[in-house]
Formats: sequence, C-alpha cells, structure tokens
Amino acid sequence: MTTAISIAGLVKDFGRGARALDHLDLEVRTGEVHGFLGPNGAGKTTTIRVLLGLLRADAGRAEILGGEPWRDAVALHRRLAYVPGEVNLWPNLTGGEVIDLLGDLRGGIDARRRDRLLDRFQLDPAKRIRAYSKGNRQKVALVAAFSSDVELYLLDEPTSGLDPLMEGVFQDVVRELRAAGRSILLSSHILSEVEALCDRVTIIRDGRAAESGTFDELRHLTRTSVVVDTAEPPASVIGWPGVHDAHVRGGHAEFSVDPDELNHVLAHLVGLQVRSMVTSPPTLEELFKRHYGAETAVRS
Amino acid sequence: MNGFAGTARLVRLALRRDRIVLPAWILGMAGFLAATTAMFAEQYARHPALLVPDTRIVVENPGMRVLGLVTGAHVGGYALHRDALTLAVLAAVMSMLAVVRHTRQAEELGREEMLRAGVTGRYASPAAAVTVAFGANLVLALLLGAAMVAAGQPVGGSMAGGASIALVGVAFTGVAAVASQLSSTTRGAIGLSGAVLGLAFLLAALGNMLGTVAPDALRVTSAWPAWLSPIGWGQQMRPFADNLWWPAALAVPAMLLLFGVAVLLLGRRDVGRGVWPERRGAAHASAALRSPTGLVWRQQRGTLLGWSVGLLGFGAVFGALSEEIKGLEGEAAEWYATFGSGGGLLGAYWTSMMQIAGTAVAVYVVTLLLRLHQDESRGTIEPLLGAAVSRLHWLRAYAINALAGAAGLLLLFAVAMGVAGGQVSGGRMSLVGDLAGAALVQLPAVCLLGAAVVVLIMAMPRRPAGASWAIVVFTVVTGPMFGPSLNLPTWLLNLSPFNHVPNVPAEEAAAGPLLGLALGALVLSVAGAALLRRRDLVLPA
Repeated sequence: MTTAISIAGLVKDFGRGARALDHLDLEVRTGEVHGFLGPNGAGKTTTIRVLLGLLRADAGRAEILGGEPWRDAVALHRRLAYVPGEVNLWPNLTGGEVIDLLGDLRGGIDARRRDRLLDRFQLDPAKRIRAYSKGNRQKVALVAAFSSDVELYLLDEPTSGLDPLMEGVFQDVVRELRAAGRSILLSSHILSEVEALCDRVTIIRDGRAAESGTFDELRHLTRTSVVVDTAEPPASVIGWPGVHDAHVRGGHAEFSVDPDELNHVLAHLVGLQVRSMVTSPPTLEELFKRHYGAETAVRS
Repeated sequence: MNGFAGTARLVRLALRRDRIVLPAWILGMAGFLAATTAMFAEQYARHPALLVPDTRIVVENPGMRVLGLVTGAHVGGYALHRDALTLAVLAAVMSMLAVVRHTRQAEELGREEMLRAGVTGRYASPAAAVTVAFGANLVLALLLGAAMVAAGQPVGGSMAGGASIALVGVAFTGVAAVASQLSSTTRGAIGLSGAVLGLAFLLAALGNMLGTVAPDALRVTSAWPAWLSPIGWGQQMRPFADNLWWPAALAVPAMLLLFGVAVLLLGRRDVGRGVWPERRGAAHASAALRSPTGLVWRQQRGTLLGWSVGLLGFGAVFGALSEEIKGLEGEAAEWYATFGSGGGLLGAYWTSMMQIAGTAVAVYVVTLLLRLHQDESRGTIEPLLGAAVSRLHWLRAYAINALAGAAGLLLLFAVAMGVAGGQVSGGRMSLVGDLAGAALVQLPAVCLLGAAVVVLIMAMPRRPAGASWAIVVFTVVTGPMFGPSLNLPTWLLNLSPFNHVPNVPAEEAAAGPLLGLALGALVLSVAGAALLRRRDLVLPA
C-alpha cells in the first residue's frame, strides 16, 4: 500500500446550506509528512473527523490505511493516533491517567516511550487536567498520541499553545517518526511549521483542495519577490509585463514577478544599473495571500 | 476600604449573570410550598379529626423527627414539616452555588484575574457574592411566607416559616464563602460546603431524635446538638406555634463571622489557589480506569456515593416507621390500601416506599445517562472514539454503570429499610430478603425509562435534556404516587412504566408485566444504538 489517506470528491453538509467540505481531494502517501494548510473554517477539522468516522461523508470517497473510516472505525483506530485541535479532556483525571487510558484503549502503550516523552515535553503527569495550562493540556494529547507506535498520526493544529522550545521538541519527534517510516497528516495554519516538517502540502480553501504538491511544485506556480536598488530611477518597472504589486521610491523598487517573465525582467533591470538586489522564494504567507486574497485574515 | 473597591459594580455583574437562575430557584421553591400546603389544607379541611393523630405520629416517632419538628396540631405546621427539610437543603444549595460561582469558579475560569487586574479590591468578589446570596435569601423568605399565606395560612406563622428556611440559606452563604477560600477547585468548594450541610442535617436530626416528647405528644424539646445546626435554628422557630424570631437572627451574625474568616483567609493566599493546594493525583492510570466502563464509573462515583447515603438514610427512616403504619386509620390507611391488600396495610406501605425508591433511582439513572450528551457537547468523546473504542462500546459503558448503579441503590434502600423495619418489629430479619426482592422488581421500569432517555439523546443530540426530564416528570405524575388521585384517563396512566410494576410485597410478583417492561427497555435500547450508529456526532467547533 502506498497511500495512507486517500480522499476523492468528499462532500460534507451540516444542513441549512452550510457546506463544510465541497468535493475535497487529498492524498497522503505512506511514510510522508503531509501538511494540511488552510485558514480557520476551511474544513480541516471536519476532514479529520470524517477520517476518524466521527462524521459521516455525504458524498465522495474517503479511505484511511486501506479501510473505510465509518465502517471500520475501531479496527483502523488501533493503527492510528489522533491529537484533536481543541483538547477536551476529563478535568478530574490526571495527565498520566489520561495518557494511560487513551493508550490502552488504542490497544496498548509503550511505558518506556511514554516516560521518555513525558521527560522530553517536561510534563508533570500527577497534575489534574483542570490544573494544567492550555499548553500543558496540549502536551497531554501529544504524549498520549506519540506513546503509541502506530502507522499513522493525525495531528490537528497540534502546536497551538506550545512555547517555541516545546515546538522544537514536537518537530524533533515528528522527524523521528518520519525516519521510522510513519505517516503523518499535520493540519496547521502555521506556515513555518509546515515548511519545516512537511514533504508535501495540500492547501484547503472553503472545503476544496486549492492546490496540492511538494513545495517545489507549488513554487513554480508563484511569483518571485524582488527588492532592488538601481542607479537609474526604476519607475518604468511598473509597466513591465509580468510585474505585480510594484512600489517605487527614488532608486528603490519592490515588486513580484511571474516566473516565466523573470528572465525578461532581469534583462531590463541590468539596463538600470543594479546596485543591490535581493530575490526570495515565495513564503507560505504569500501562497496564502494568493489563494485567499488580502481580505482574508491569516492567523499565525 | 480599598480592599472592597468595585463591590457595587460586581454586585450588578452577579445580578446580571444570575437573573434567570436565582429567580428560577426561588419561584420553584415557593410554588412547591404553595402547592403542597394547599394540598394538606384541603385534606385536613375534609378530615379535621385526623390532624391531631397525624401530628402525634410525627412527634412521637424518632424517625419522623429526623425530618424536622412539628409543634402543636396546625395544618401550616404539619405541611411545613413535610417540606421544610427539602426546602432548607435547596436554599442552602442555591446559596452555596451562587457564592461559589462568583468566587472560586470565577478564579478557576480565570475571570477573577481579569477583574482584579482592574480597579477591584481583593475582597470585592466575595463581598459581592455574599451580598447577592443574602439578598436572594431575603426574597426567598418573603416569597415562601407569601406562598403559605396564599394557601390560606396565618400571616405570622407563614412569615416565620419562610424565615426558618431562608436562614439556612443565609448561614450557608457564609459557609460557601469560607469553602471557596479553602479549596482550590470549584468542585472541592461545593463538596466541602455540601459536607458541612450534611453535618448540619445530622446534628439537627440527632438533636430532635434525642429530644423529649411533651405529655400531650404535640411538642418535642430538642436536645442540645440541634442548636449547633442552622437547620436546627430554623426548626426552633416553631412556626405556627411559638413563632420565635430570635433563632432566625442567629444566622446573620453567623454569616458575617464566616465572611470575616473568608476575608482573613483571602489575605493570606494567591489568586487562583486555595488555602489548601490541590492534591497531586496518580501518575499512572489504575487497572480499573483503563476501560470505557471504568472511565464512566470514575466520572460518576462521587454522585453515586451521594445517592447511596441519601437512600440509605431514607430507607432506615421509612423502615423505622413500619410499626407506626400498622396503627394508621382513616384516609392515610385508605391511600396505602390502594397498593394492594394481600400483605395488609404494612405490605401496602412497603410497596409504596419501593415505588418512591424506584422513582428516585430513575432520576439517578437519567442524570447518569445525560452524561452521554455531555461527553458529546463538551467534546470528551472525541479522544475516546479517536482511540479504538466503538460507539456501541461507549454506550455499553454507560448502560453497565446505569444498570449496576440502579440495582445497587435499590438494594441499598431495601436493606436499610429491612434492617430498620426488622428491628422495630422485634428482629424479623426475613424482611430484608422480602424487601430486596420487592426493590428489584422496580428495575425493569427504571431501565425502560433510561432506555427512552437514550433514544432521545440519540434522536435529538443537540438538546436532549429538556425532553428527558419532561418524560421523567410525566412518568412520575402519571405514576402510582400521584396518578390515581388525579383522575387521569386509563390510557394515559398506562403510559407510565411504573404503573405496570407489580405491587410487591403487597401482592405476588407477576412475571408477565416485568418481562414486558424488560422487553420494552431492550427494544428502546436497540433503537437508541441504531440511531447512534447512523448519525454524526455533535462536537464543539
């Protein structure tokens, strides 16, 4: 089997015309870390809940680890671990109890692995859930999931509330899991995290896959950002074909260029006597702006 | 004083937040008192000769004195005796919840931090909470008094009666203020206040049981423990007889003293923590916790313990009353006789007690099953079903806990009643076995009601609670306790499962109705499970 998750044409309606998923396609290959990027309300959590058999698809096909998520939920859940986006746990249990409970319900827990993870995430297992901060509650969910050695990890915005140090620990663990051949679906709206960890990415917008591929494949669809200082005033830049969002002040210009016009633009710039120039690959921030437009606020 | 800066503003905030809940408590209690007082007034207007003997039963039986005092033969006093303990407990709980909501819970949820970051004194929140709870109890006293006046009782006794109940709320306003300082959690503060309430009940009950009965058997002078309890203070007001007001005045200094203690404690602790730090728990889950059934057990074992204590106590009281029932005459005897004649008056009495226990246990089962809905609406079901737990496994965990809990509670009640009843009738231990059987006969009806609630939770996942309680109220009102006296049509009475329970031990148990009820429960359970398998879970966003 080469696909861990395969979704085609998935539709989920919540009634009253609220369509959460609108013919979504998503493929996660076995052994890859797949980024699932989108703003709040795009349908990431709904997709994962369908994959877990918590919600029933209205149309389309969803397959996870070769099984049907609604019908085979229990058998499939022995082979996967899940970190919910909103961690709702039992306030009167301790973190350690929750980790053991969830691990056991999944079919067993590796005690050594659990203790090592508690240590790495610096989590006190004897405190009650209600006494933990939001970040520590998130850590309980992460340790509970990572304590199980399973084929697939479904992580729904798993780092919300973690401090940068703990985010580093999280990234180390994910890289170790990938090295061990595990598959991971990482839903996020944090661009740097996805960029740092993911082999491939699917961008979801309004319940539809807007784009999917490796970063290289997505990059060729986007523009290059250019910041340049020239001896001749670069005012003419604004009219060149392939140039967008140009701002010119004196001998300074900032703009972006369509990839197929880049060579032309460079040739023109040379004629303006370039003094300094910085070009940068588009960040995921720009990918988002391109897909959602400036009017959609991107929380980060 | 600076420490109280902003109190007035916080009082307004608390009133705004409680504008539904406090009026609902107060009006509910007043409505209950008005209805029951009117019922007793009408009953004794028809049979005035019964008032004196009925009062003597209450005065002379130590078990009945657990519930309170009656002084002199007066309809108002007799009605108040039936309701006072329930209402006093409700007044205390209303006050405790209000105070904890605006102090410890506000701290636990981080709201106190926001308030105290503004121009708000250290003591403003508890001061506002106590002010609001005290005000609510003043209104409660007036409305309870008005309720009894509306039911035709004299003004002086009615007002004293209202005050005798509200003063318990006033005292527990202070108790909760201290508990909120001591405990680090909302649950802990409520639990601690509840424990003090239990102690107050025991002291009053003990004082009354150990009291001396006057020669005319219409008055009890309580022993000293009754004076240690706010519930006892209310009873010593002796509404409709002495109408003493000074015991009521004890409650206000008690509340102020306790509030002073709370202020002192508050000056010595950090925001967000109690004087008692939260205990550390287990770092590992015990073997008993590691299954859905164990998890459900863990979540509700405290509630079950509370129900167990309550049913044990009432079983013992009602068992001890058995001997008195034999001597009953007139209307009360007729009422009990409607439950069957095979076992005589006593058998009918035991049957009716088992029906009351069955109803109470059904309420417990419904509160437990509504946790199914809370698992969904609060999202705790997501990590559970995200692990390898099926929906049916989850439902089964609740069913096992409900069935075992209901059977355990019924047996506990029957054993307590059998032991106490056997004692007063000269060591007849066979009664325990008879009553245990009679109690378990209630189980199929309880299961049927529980299964109906499961169907509701699965069919209307967003708001099942209202409809669930509606069918509980319906089955109780149409059930054997009230149904026959309401002159309802037969088809309506047939809808209540409790009307199909054989009248054991007054009559022999018939297998047919029990199997029918069990089959109904099974069919509804299967329907609930089928609905659950088909639908989406309703999870928080």
